[in-house]
Amino acid sequence: MTEQQQPVLSLEHASKAFGAIHALEDVSIHLYPGEVHGLVGENGAGKSTLVKILGGVHLPDAGALRIDRREVVLKGPAASRDAGVAIIYQEPIMFPDLTVAENIFIGRQPLRAGRRIDARGMNALAAGMFERLGVPIDPERIARGLSIAEQQIVEIAKALSLDAKVIVMDEPTAALSAVEVELLFAVVETLRSSGVAVLFISHRLEEVFSLCRRVTVLRDGRLVLSRDLAGLTGDDLVRAMVGRDLPERVPQDQNIGDTVLRVERLTREGVFVDVSFEVRSGEIVALAGLVGAGRSEVACAIFGIDRYEAGSVTVNGKPLRRGSPTSAMGTGIGLVPEDRRQQGLVMEMSIGRNITLASLSRLRRMGFIRAAAEQRFARDWAARLQVKFGRLGNPMTSLSGGNQQKVVLAKWLARRPALLIVDEPTRGIDIATKAEVHRLLEELAGEGVAVLVISSELPEVLRLADRILVMREGRLVAEFGHADASEETIVAAATGQVEQAAA
Amino acid sequence: MTTVGATTTPLGDVTNARRLVDLVFRAREFGIVVVLAILVFATASIESRFLDLSNVQFILVDTTIFALLALGQTMVVLTRNVDLSIGSVLGLSAFLSADLFGHHQGIPIALVFLAGLGIGAGCGLANGFLTVVGRVPSLVVTLAMLYIIRGIDVLVVGGGQVVASSLPNSFIEIPKKTVVGIPVLAIVVAGVVALGAYYLRSFRSGRELYAIGSNPDAARLAGIPSGRRVFTAFLVSGAIAGIAGVLYAAKYGTIDSTAGSGYELQVIAAVVVGGVAIFGGSGSVVGAALGALLLNTILSALYVLGVSPFWNQAIAGALLLGAIALDRGISLWLAAALRKRRTHLGA
Repeated sequence: MTEQQQPVLSLEHASKAFGAIHALEDVSIHLYPGEVHGLVGENGAGKSTLVKILGGVHLPDAGALRIDRREVVLKGPAASRDAGVAIIYQEPIMFPDLTVAENIFIGRQPLRAGRRIDARGMNALAAGMFERLGVPIDPERIARGLSIAEQQIVEIAKALSLDAKVIVMDEPTAALSAVEVELLFAVVETLRSSGVAVLFISHRLEEVFSLCRRVTVLRDGRLVLSRDLAGLTGDDLVRAMVGRDLPERVPQDQNIGDTVLRVERLTREGVFVDVSFEVRSGEIVALAGLVGAGRSEVACAIFGIDRYEAGSVTVNGKPLRRGSPTSAMGTGIGLVPEDRRQQGLVMEMSIGRNITLASLSRLRRMGFIRAAAEQRFARDWAARLQVKFGRLGNPMTSLSGGNQQKVVLAKWLARRPALLIVDEPTRGIDIATKAEVHRLLEELAGEGVAVLVISSELPEVLRLADRILVMREGRLVAEFGHADASEETIVAAATGQVEQAAA
Repeated sequence: MTTVGATTTPLGDVTNARRLVDLVFRAREFGIVVVLAILVFATASIESRFLDLSNVQFILVDTTIFALLALGQTMVVLTRNVDLSIGSVLGLSAFLSADLFGHHQGIPIALVFLAGLGIGAGCGLANGFLTVVGRVPSLVVTLAMLYIIRGIDVLVVGGGQVVASSLPNSFIEIPKKTVVGIPVLAIVVAGVVALGAYYLRSFRSGRELYAIGSNPDAARLAGIPSGRRVFTAFLVSGAIAGIAGVLYAAKYGTIDSTAGSGYELQVIAAVVVGGVAIFGGSGSVVGAALGALLLNTILSALYVLGVSPFWNQAIAGALLLGAIALDRGISLWLAAALRKRRTHLGA
């Protein structure tokens, strides 16, 4: 049994402060070989700081780090790597123009006579590693176009090639589809059984339960608990993370009105086929399904970002022009995109300007934007959505993920939309802010806005939606009312196992 | 779960994706060769003079200077930088090296080449230092150096010029030497380009140039000495421009203070036409050299066909746009093709 084993990595009484903010205070964590250790906590709880200490990005102000019982000081990423620690980030940093094998071996490619790169040997080594992980990725293809899951696997292969004893996975599953998560879990299992210590960070508690043996919970930079998972429930963990019980789900409003959005037989070659549905005023409809099932693409087509070959979109009875986001906005549609940093926000611009960005026409007088009015407007909406910010003039990058998402929401809510399309509203957002976003969406629906939510998180779908539409491979395959939906029925529909499930 | 082929996995169709990518990249160099062949055939069928040995030799010798410059420029562009100073460096080196013959009768030609290399390397050193240590964008640094070096050139040359009569015959003969009708210079430069290609493909430091241009942050995290590599790229580009200057002097004999002005843009055009990504990370020196050959062949074809030389620049520009449009089209198509493969994954 592992009880008698020595930890391969021990961080003891580590503290780290940035100015007056204590990011980490007196935190100890022990990682054992052949064990997956879960690390959970809200955003800002200190997980990232902990990861950065292990990765050699930050030096702790106090405390000791032992690897293989030897005390080490990690001054920089290279030192961390040499000590046998590998960090797998949520979105790995890759060289898109180099081959997969080169991405693994860059700077330390196997050589042959004359210090030339032994390309064949390098590819064979990489292929061997992918075989060991049970994932067939071609080492000779270029990295551009790899899915996030594949990129993570490449990073894991890189870690293996460096003989990493400890692999830290920082929210690896946040951007993966259900199938990819399963695949990643299989890889983690392979790592575990070969004696690697894995530190697994996730916002999804069910993943922690299915993968980890021990768990550590951080809150406000302090250790709340660190123990075997056995005997703990999800509620226990949530309580430890949040420090209180989360509110139970709000009863559904029954003030559903007229049809706002009508989508008829929408088709885009190779992406989605024959998609028809309605969203009524005051109703929250969720589009569920696997990543890649065509959900976001339908949203983009409705909003006019992508073209579609056939079908029609009607808003409040008026047909919408194809391929024109401007006219979509004119009829009262708002779109909160999946990738808020790239598509939802202008990261270099200030918080205030991001909020007013979609409402500038209302703040204009004779073509000039009135700065005072803009300021007032932004302050008002930031307050309504309880955005936590320093100054309105600060750049977006100064905000946490949850608060960034609130700014995107504020931008659209300020236009008083008739229909709001929200793609993955709470991806990468901590639990407390998540609950706030959910409450916001429910309030919106209560005010008569039609809301279309796309989400890969089933608990979110089940909590929010009055109706749930399931897409699979570009088609609408199932529809559930709030009462008949369960995680099992949705997963069955999304993965095409409806027949078996019904039998 | 479903009837998918053996190669289809949850992570997509592995082998096909690679074949696709490979095909596209090989297609680029192959594409230039095809365009070149069509161009030569079409021009020759209208005006057979185009394929006269002397004209072909002229094109090849003319290309050698651009192909060399394209080699250096490619190394810089691969790292997501640019060297705009090469035209000025070439001009300065051309004048100073030719001037050596005037002041030192009987100086060995090899020494003059060395001097040209030294002048170029000195300029490259300044470019590299300001870019790497000064952390100034190379676009700004080398633009400034373009003017500074040209200014020095004007000061040194004054209103005068070197004329061919002051140069030794053995020097002027260099571009004219041929082996079975092929200019020796073209063969040497082809060899140098091949060596450059081999270096970039088969040595760690060569691959690291690609890595730096592909993702500078990742390169730093991977422990690649980015600064040293970029510095070296500028040094090589400058040194090559210096040598190209000596060749320029040998070829034209007459050198004034405008020698080589505008070359930097022609070379960048050749590099981009040759398939080197202007934002770094991908492309080959063979492609860049072929791009230089294509541009020179087009200019010669226009001349032979009697098209007014006023059209030259417009046509070079159109070709550049065409090449970039092609790149964009290919990358969009490739991205769509790779994406489509992924959306069909079985669940």
